[in-house]
Amino acid sequence: MASAFDYAPAPESRSVVDIAPSYGLFIDGEFTEAAEGKVFKTVSPSTEEVLSEVAQAGAEDVDRAVKAARRAFEKWSALPGSERAKYLFRIARIIQERSRELAVLETLDNGKPIKETRDADLPLVAAHFFYYAGWADKLDHAGYGANPRPLGVAGQIIPWNFPLLMLAWKIAPALATGNTVVLKPAETTPLSALFFADICRQAGLPKGVVNILTGYGDAGSALVEHPDVNKVAFTGSTAVGKAIARQIAGTDKKATLELGGKGANIVFDDAPVDQAVEGIVTGIFFNQGQVCCAGSRLLVQESVHDEVLHALKRRLSTLRLGDPLDKNTDIGAINSAEQLARISALVETGEAEGAERWSAPCELPSSGYWFAPTLFTGVTQAHTVARDEIFGPVLSVLTFRTPDEAVAKANNSQYGLSAGIWTEKGSRILAVANKLRAGVIWANTFNKFDPTSPFGGYKESGFGREGGRHGLEAYLDV
Amino acid sequence: MSDGRLSVFKTYKLYVGGKFPRSESGRVYEVSDSKGRWLANAPQSSRKDARDAVVAARKAFGGWSGATAYNRGQILYRVAEMLEGRREQFVREVADAEGLSKSKAAAVVDAAVDRWVWYAGWTDKIGQVVGGANPVAGPFFNLSTPEPTGVVAVLAPQKSSFLGLVSVIAPVIATGNTAVVIASADAPLPALSLGEVLATSDLPGGVVNILSGKTAEIAAPLASHQDVNGIDLTGADAELAKELEIAAADNLKRVSRPSVSHHHPEKEAHSATRPQAVDGDDWSADPGTRRLTAFLETKTVWHPTGALGASGSSY
Repeated sequence: MASAFDYAPAPESRSVVDIAPSYGLFIDGEFTEAAEGKVFKTVSPSTEEVLSEVAQAGAEDVDRAVKAARRAFEKWSALPGSERAKYLFRIARIIQERSRELAVLETLDNGKPIKETRDADLPLVAAHFFYYAGWADKLDHAGYGANPRPLGVAGQIIPWNFPLLMLAWKIAPALATGNTVVLKPAETTPLSALFFADICRQAGLPKGVVNILTGYGDAGSALVEHPDVNKVAFTGSTAVGKAIARQIAGTDKKATLELGGKGANIVFDDAPVDQAVEGIVTGIFFNQGQVCCAGSRLLVQESVHDEVLHALKRRLSTLRLGDPLDKNTDIGAINSAEQLARISALVETGEAEGAERWSAPCELPSSGYWFAPTLFTGVTQAHTVARDEIFGPVLSVLTFRTPDEAVAKANNSQYGLSAGIWTEKGSRILAVANKLRAGVIWANTFNKFDPTSPFGGYKESGFGREGGRHGLEAYLDV
Repeated sequence: MSDGRLSVFKTYKLYVGGKFPRSESGRVYEVSDSKGRWLANAPQSSRKDARDAVVAARKAFGGWSGATAYNRGQILYRVAEMLEGRREQFVREVADAEGLSKSKAAAVVDAAVDRWVWYAGWTDKIGQVVGGANPVAGPFFNLSTPEPTGVVAVLAPQKSSFLGLVSVIAPVIATGNTAVVIASADAPLPALSLGEVLATSDLPGGVVNILSGKTAEIAAPLASHQDVNGIDLTGADAELAKELEIAAADNLKRVSRPSVSHHHPEKEAHSATRPQAVDGDDWSADPGTRRLTAFLETKTVWHPTGALGASGSSY
């Protein structure tokens, strides 16, 4: 595409990361093969190049890992909090030191732009460990009574959209409170968790405190089911979240579930259009829209619909899609062929149901998994693209006339994770925020995260909070 | 009766949407005291009664959750006032229901009145205790506040027919939820009478709805109801609790599991499977905040703080 914005390629060097041809499971401080000897390949979604081959955990490996975590629990939970804190501070510092390497690794394995892994994922990962490190010796003052006790072994299952960040959200509070963990990364993004295992070794973390099992859903299910797991933490789809809730019914297992969303981003007629457009773009095209809290439903006040849409399309036409390692890239690859197929199918459904599709004019690379930034106009609440989570770079545009209508439409969803409000009027922000049934609300901003800020959903977006003082509760026997 | 006058019996009725209906099924069941003497016929609620109660609770949610915390506190305190005035009635009903001596029943009723007072005071404090500003690393105002989960189904304890009942209802509504309560199956009369107190305490109709009957029969449609947001399983035995928790997963209800009677912090050594237990709670103990927070959501709102000028200001 010839435009005024032609840039020379500016790729970040891959040489900062050394990916081994194969990796084992990380159990009891050692890398080990899977009991059944199975392995699977992980590919770069932007090129389909095989990056490495990793061990595929089965039920026997889950049992081994849980036993290792159980053995480690007694000593780890008995350590003074100040000592646990120092391990976590070490981990935070090593992540900062190795952040360039980890950013490149994450971009290779996930397909998201280096701009995002470098400027969002990795800084937040380090910050999360640093934040919870400080809690480890202050739990008596956290508002859960004196000497709150850890739960035991935490089984943690994380998704592929923010692999290392989700690992941090899970492991940092678990370790700070004195639990030990068995963590399963997603099958399409196993590498950063395995690099994290190496960071645990560099930090001198006692064996068995952190165990990493790469594998598929069957390994995750075995982990949830394991009788010696006391806590389940899951981030992923609502369907799997419900299955987990059923699995642990009648047990003492404590759970936090961070699931899907269909966030409404509400733009009122007095909003500064340029800022709102940037917020809409951040809301749905950050990480190719593969974000549970994405602002995937744009609710725009009827009187400014045309103006906002015009500005939005103009802005989307300038987004640069391509090599995720290129520092100028705005839109990277979709994480997997499977996810691309899911996005494509939902977009087809949107067209078939009569919504009007517009995609940004951009050339898609010939190999890898790609989807151009897309929006639907003329969308009603009954349309599939207004109801189902697409988890891709696809925005559905609806209109409203009054604040009441905006709130009613925003809340008309099985989900309740995030929402956005764009207006210059302070009282309207507060009134609307008050009525929205969502766990995180961004007013005149979007997709901001911080370790001190509790994150989690209402309704079928799950329960429990991650981050902040609130995030401790999930890992304490309170 | 002792003076030869024939007393007037009370027809015990359900409390739904601020009204006192019989069960739409027309069914009743016999309620006896601890010695097996007939006390009254109580309505045996049906699935339809349960669904009607959910509709009433949903209808009441907007107003109740939107009321000021101060207002909710005053209304909960008003419940304590009304209860105090009908103390003798409840002492008699609790003594009959639980087989207690008059003095022990009186202590239970006093504790129940005091529990309303305790939770009345919590309504405008819990927000500061569990919410607050978060010091994010950026130019943003970031505030977390607790909000009620919505409509909560409450299985009241089977044994503690009144103090236990009050102890599970008050925290749920103190924070702005509305409730559909299943009374103790064998001892429902104090609960049904509580409805009469609530109706005269300025509590809007539908905020608390009270059903009597077979616990499992009423609880099943509530656990699977798509417009119920949470369920407190206190009054369920282990088997029923598991069934209901599975049904509740369909729309990811917040589930408060029944307490086990023996609680060991060192339970890590044991299996995670729940031992058999009903009414493991000690209702006379300090309730803490656990039941208040069980049905709260945390909402976090971000807003840019902006800047006043390039040079900054030092006042």
